[in-house]
Amino acid sequence: MKVTEKDVAYVADLANLELTPDESARMVADLNSILGHMDKLNQLDTRNVEPLAEVVSAFASAGEGSNRFAYAQRADLVKPGLSREIALSNAPDTDGICFKVPKVIER
Amino acid sequence: MNIDALNIGALTIDAARSLVQSREVSAQALTEAHYAQIAERDGTIGSFLTLTKERALKQAERIDRLAEKGDPLPPLAGVPVGIKDVLMTRGERTTAGSRFLEKFIAPYDATAVERLETAGAVCLGKLNCDEFAMGSSNENSAFHPVRNPRDITRVPGGSSGGSAAAVAAGFAVATLGSDTGGSIRQPAAFCGVVGLLPTYGRVSRYGLIAFASSLDHVGPLTRTVKDSATLLEVIAGRDPMDSTSADVPAIKYSAECGRDIKGLRIGIPKEYFAEGLDPEIREAIERRIDGLRKAGCEIVNVSLPHTEYAIPVYYIVATAEASANLARFDGVRYTTRSPQTKTLADMYRKSRDEGFGAEVKRRILLGTYALSAGYYDAYYLKAQQVRTLLTRDFQNAFTSVDAVVTPVTPTPAFRLGEKTGDPMEMYLSDIYTVTANLVGVPGISIPCGKNREGLPLGIQILGKLFDEATVIRLADAMEQEQQ
Repeated sequence: MKVTEKDVAYVADLANLELTPDESARMVADLNSILGHMDKLNQLDTRNVEPLAEVVSAFASAGEGSNRFAYAQRADLVKPGLSREIALSNAPDTDGICFKVPKVIER
Repeated sequence: MNIDALNIGALTIDAARSLVQSREVSAQALTEAHYAQIAERDGTIGSFLTLTKERALKQAERIDRLAEKGDPLPPLAGVPVGIKDVLMTRGERTTAGSRFLEKFIAPYDATAVERLETAGAVCLGKLNCDEFAMGSSNENSAFHPVRNPRDITRVPGGSSGGSAAAVAAGFAVATLGSDTGGSIRQPAAFCGVVGLLPTYGRVSRYGLIAFASSLDHVGPLTRTVKDSATLLEVIAGRDPMDSTSADVPAIKYSAECGRDIKGLRIGIPKEYFAEGLDPEIREAIERRIDGLRKAGCEIVNVSLPHTEYAIPVYYIVATAEASANLARFDGVRYTTRSPQTKTLADMYRKSRDEGFGAEVKRRILLGTYALSAGYYDAYYLKAQQVRTLLTRDFQNAFTSVDAVVTPVTPTPAFRLGEKTGDPMEMYLSDIYTVTANLVGVPGISIPCGKNREGLPLGIQILGKLFDEATVIRLADAMEQEQQ
């Protein structure tokens, strides 16, 4: 699987990263080197193997379906959270109520 | 007691606490003595990014007042600790080692931090780390690298380089780090301290700035195994604020220290002792295995056949999860925003490109690629399936042994700049540590000697899910045997 500058540009777009031409060139080389190693996984037959996403639920309970996660749930009650003031405190630009950002749509 | 006569660089948790309880040394004096060491020598080491003096002295004063009243003190009373800068500390700067968060003030405390301070620990400051915990040498910190206190031309390891260095250098009695692929255990090995990886879900991740949510673990770095057990007791346990924290009761882990290890079955996985392992590390580990044999343990050869696939699995899963977790750093909410961008899309892209370092960008791109349409099945799904195969390897091994002993790193601490040319070379050095995170099992790295150049060597013990007790018992015995 050979990655090209076009692939890097596409992925950078998806990831909302604007790379400089220098960064982009280096990324092509790095990604190819890394992905070359990843191809090793194709040596393995995983046809009937379940993917593993997390380890805790299997240990914590023997439930089926969504009951597996019963231990992680709570009653649907409103509890205090971060105040608006604290939530806005690290924002680069606010009007005291919302986060302010540059315009979304070009007219 | 004259504090200058005290060797604070050798203090354990018990020793520090008893000085404070008996009022031989006040918590305030102990805190100031640590800050004096930091002022004198951390310029060279670079372990701290932020000192939290006001918070520390306020806590120390509170502890001293309790001590004056003669009340029994909480378990970590007056013990000076450092916190890796990926953990939130309310009201203090929390950077994750990144320029993106250079000015970010944490709005709340991580649960692990809160539990330490409720137990009386004195938070000295925030420790340097690789940016967003991505790295194995602390050279990816956006601010400055950390140097290994045992040899300042060498790396301390990463990503919890500051956490390991601070304990080794005598700047803190204990520290908190995080481990996603080895980031507690590897720097512990490089710096000659103890690093504990609790089982996934053993310690709450609430307030840990996420790198890879299914692989991140919070854990302690300390001078002794008993200290790591003591810290684990304080921070372990179900947290309603972290839905992945396990509903499994924590026990008194420090009571495992000193218990007999006779009859325990120890697995030696052949795949971890193949080519590429430094001969002095191999020799040091073999001496420790001999010690276990003499103490009455049964040594069993085992196989973990999918070991060679762990690195590709790790770098797909971890980077995929990281690409999702770091999407939130978009210039909207977390301090950094690129100046003079005209549209929202521009703001997202430029803020991220300016705020993130090269390694972070590399991993975000790799992760995004692995998850993108057309590649998801080939990379991410495949990796998650191989993760199941790795888990079965351990389940099989654990039917015939109680724990597994392995190296932590293929070499001792390398020199600054030595591995920064090729990312793959750095990634391959994680070979002995990543599997534990993929499978979720607990582990510990403890010192097992020094090489001819005086560099620390580490040994790793891995245990069954939620069996930190056996890991601690074995590690303590191994530590005592070396005294």
